Amino acid sequence: MDGIHDMGGMQGWGRAPFDPTEPAFKAGWEGRAFAICLLSMNRLTGQNLDAMRHALERLHPLEYLRNGYYGRWLLMAETLLTDSGVIAEGAVDARARKLRGDDVTEPPDPVLNKPDYTATGPGSLRPVDDPPRFTVGEQVRAKDIHPAGHTRLPRYVRGRVGTVKRILPSALLPDTNAHFLGENPQHCYGVAFDSTELWGGEAEPFVLHIDLFDSYLEAPVENQP
Amino acid sequence: MSPVPVPSDLPVELRTEALESILVEKGLVDPAVLDKFVKTYAEDVGPLNGAKVVAKAWTDPEYKARLMEDGTAAVAELGFKGPQGECIVVLENTPTLHHLVVCTLCSCYPWPVLGLPPTWYKDPAYRARAVREPRALLAEFGLELGPEVEIKVFDSSSEVRYMVLPERPAGTEGMSEEELIPLVTREAMTGVAKTKAPAGHDHDHEHGH
Repeated sequence: MDGIHDMGGMQGWGRAPFDPTEPAFKAGWEGRAFAICLLSMNRLTGQNLDAMRHALERLHPLEYLRNGYYGRWLLMAETLLTDSGVIAEGAVDARARKLRGDDVTEPPDPVLNKPDYTATGPGSLRPVDDPPRFTVGEQVRAKDIHPAGHTRLPRYVRGRVGTVKRILPSALLPDTNAHFLGENPQHCYGVAFDSTELWGGEAEPFVLHIDLFDSYLEAPVENQP
Repeated sequence: MSPVPVPSDLPVELRTEALESILVEKGLVDPAVLDKFVKTYAEDVGPLNGAKVVAKAWTDPEYKARLMEDGTAAVAELGFKGPQGECIVVLENTPTLHHLVVCTLCSCYPWPVLGLPPTWYKDPAYRARAVREPRALLAEFGLELGPEVEIKVFDSSSEVRYMVLPERPAGTEGMSEEELIPLVTREAMTGVAKTKAPAGHDHDHEHGH
């Protein structure tokens, strides 16, 4: 989806805060939110890594940004737990108000609703029988597509022409796996784009490398007479 | 009784405590297990792992060759594996080629070798600008690269995780693997900084310029 998470190339953020000395967790709640989220993925909810990333993308843009990385991890955990019917919608807020001393009735437990999915193997890498469609050195175009669901094809490369530099290990297609529509393992390619192809002739000179799944790519020139 | 409240007007600390309280009450989460997760990532899995990989690559050419050929297997030789380390690819910086790693879509990062990502890596400004104006971004971080240096930016959009093998600094030729480890920073292994020789070791290098 074309959401707030797809930040590559956006302007107006200013300087990035740079502190090489910071600890892993700057506050106690960050560590708790992180740990709860890791447990909420497979073990508690039956969700997968791609569904987890998509849960982040589904957050309202203001919520995505409000409490930084671990703030959105907390909301990601809550989303996955709610999606799978482990906790009720609104349960966290009700409990928080109760902890604060408010007189609140907590919502009843929902019906468990875990995805009907068992991974065919550990992690994300899977073999693909067919040979890769593209070869190293070949030109490819990132498709100009705008799926409403999860995708790992960012806006800033869509429609742009690059060169295949590496054949990466084949892996589950996030676009289908996130929605439990099948693991759909595909070849994945390391593709290089010139900065001027992405940002125009005045761009800083550099090369952008990005990993793109087979179904994100097409031959750059359609067969024309 | 009031309807279910909207999420945003409660402090994040309180909401975290509330979620933990619900899961513990349901018997789904053991607070001691959460403690262990937090301790592991706060203390044990961090950039020291990657620094050991780099120092070994600097001092053992055969290890370096294995690292460049198959990063996942080579870091596993030192005992480093786990979540977000399924396929690790190492990118070697040289005086004329500089690699920079980013994840524009979330904050993918090679946990087994670098630990959890630092704030700057997760910040919208870094995620937005690394793929658009890396030279300007690096200059703000204190790394000025000359026009002769080619920049390659890697956007971590698949399950492949990238780690930078920084240049070994001049003046460290006599140092052992153990002595080199503390020189290697998280920032150098992501490509936003270079490694520096400790004070007093770069004397010859300074005079060479």
